[in-house]
Amino acid sequence: MSSLQARHVSMTFQTRRGSLQALDDVTLEIPDAHFTCLVGASGCGKSTLLNIMAGLIEPSAGEVLVDGRAVDGPGADRGMVFQSYTLYPWMTVRRNIEFGPKLKGVGRAERGDMARSLIEEMGLTGFADSYPKELSGGMKQRVAIARALANDPQVLLMDEPFGALDALTRTGAQRFLTELWERHRRTIAFVTHDIDEAILLADTVCVMSPRPGRIREILEIDIARPRSFKERESARFVELRHRLLELIFEHERVGSAERSG
Amino acid sequence: MSGAGADPVTPSGHGPPGGAVVTRRRPSRSRRYLTPKRAIPRTLVVALGVLSFAVLIGMWAVLSYGGFISSYFLPKPTTVAHSEYLLFKDDGFLSDVWASGFRIMAGFLLAALIAVPVGIAIGSFRIAQAFLEPPIAAIRYMPASAFIPLFIIWFGIANGEKIAVIFMGVFFPLTLMIADVSANVPAELLDMSYTLGARRRHVFLQVLVPACWPGVVDSLRIGVGWAWTYLIVAELVAADTGIGHVILQANRFLQTDVIIAGIVTIGALGLITDGVFRWLYRVLFPYVERVER
Repeated sequence: MSSLQARHVSMTFQTRRGSLQALDDVTLEIPDAHFTCLVGASGCGKSTLLNIMAGLIEPSAGEVLVDGRAVDGPGADRGMVFQSYTLYPWMTVRRNIEFGPKLKGVGRAERGDMARSLIEEMGLTGFADSYPKELSGGMKQRVAIARALANDPQVLLMDEPFGALDALTRTGAQRFLTELWERHRRTIAFVTHDIDEAILLADTVCVMSPRPGRIREILEIDIARPRSFKERESARFVELRHRLLELIFEHERVGSAERSG
Repeated sequence: MSGAGADPVTPSGHGPPGGAVVTRRRPSRSRRYLTPKRAIPRTLVVALGVLSFAVLIGMWAVLSYGGFISSYFLPKPTTVAHSEYLLFKDDGFLSDVWASGFRIMAGFLLAALIAVPVGIAIGSFRIAQAFLEPPIAAIRYMPASAFIPLFIIWFGIANGEKIAVIFMGVFFPLTLMIADVSANVPAELLDMSYTLGARRRHVFLQVLVPACWPGVVDSLRIGVGWAWTYLIVAELVAADTGIGHVILQANRFLQTDVIIAGIVTIGALGLITDGVFRWLYRVLFPYVERVER
């Protein structure tokens, strides 16, 4: 198991209209087996930070460390789940899940066992030989999670994985992910713009502010696990929600005050 | 891409597995048939296809049997059918059809064999695009038929010239279409693969290329249509066998019925090729999500 660290990460994109600073000196540590949610208004660079952690984007400055070792490009030690399902449409559920282990040279039999148990665990029994087009959105996302887990990554990076699901499916998916995480504890960085989702899932919520993207505040979610969605009405939950909303929108008031003043 | 909110009323009446089935008031039949992209019953599809041909032939019949147009310009459908029969029976038309078919296959296969890898390379690698796209885009605008005189000097009037014309007419636009197919493979699919531990070679061969195949076969289906056009043009200019040659001969003797019989033959062959490609697509890519067409 591993910790995930971002150290003084800055990111500047060159655009047609000049340079755009997406991240400004972001330092963040996610301890081993911790679930951290990154929240913030759009443009706060949360997805950029996740992509840098994955090694898909090289930061302009700073570095990302997994277990103290600097990240150099993407790798199987950091599994990723995107908002769009990104399943391979020409592969069946089973072959999608086996893709990572196959690349690593895991034998056919072992791969098959691994896929079978993941399929069962994900509640996809009976769909092993289905193509992604035959699955609902929620099922596709479970396959995507299974595919990432098949590599047994130390770190799981999730970029609004439930963003495309309808509200009901989404609630189910959140519960499912919590249960899964209880069983396979690993370090998770989870980007979302849904505050309730963040409180429900995370040990720690990291609030980011936009233009340039910075870490605004890090909040511990001190609600006992396992948490159910009924928790949403509890006093502590409501309190945390208010606090987070305040933090997220604070900069806007400051921003407009600065402009008018 | 998202299936959320998509129409749950599929032709079979089943929603996607696990998906929510939304009940909504059933619109009247005519309104359903006029809804964009809405599927219609299979029998209606077939019936409308047959009907469209019937309308065409019906119009033709009215114009010719009704005496609105003289049979010298527009022969009767039965006359054309009879000429078609005689062409095959007495004039060895089958060998002309075969000659044309062979040229199509040779020219088209040659073009496809090069266009597929070159197109995928252009769409996938900036370096290939920068080097290859400008000349291909430029040559695409040079009409293939304009090269016929040159090709006759180079290759004579045998098969070589026909194949060269077909290649010329098909290769360049086909390459650019396939380049588009590979350029449209979502970047996230490739990023995803890297995070699963894939190296560049894997990402190219096991993800990007397989993701291209359905689009490639679709492009080939469209490309083979161009091949027919250029073949007939080449055969009309200079040939001693082939459907185009038969049409040109008929023109010399003012046999309008034979000309039309030749054209109808090309249409039928084109329809068959198209059908083969559609069938191939269904068999090879059962996983593709698309509106039935």
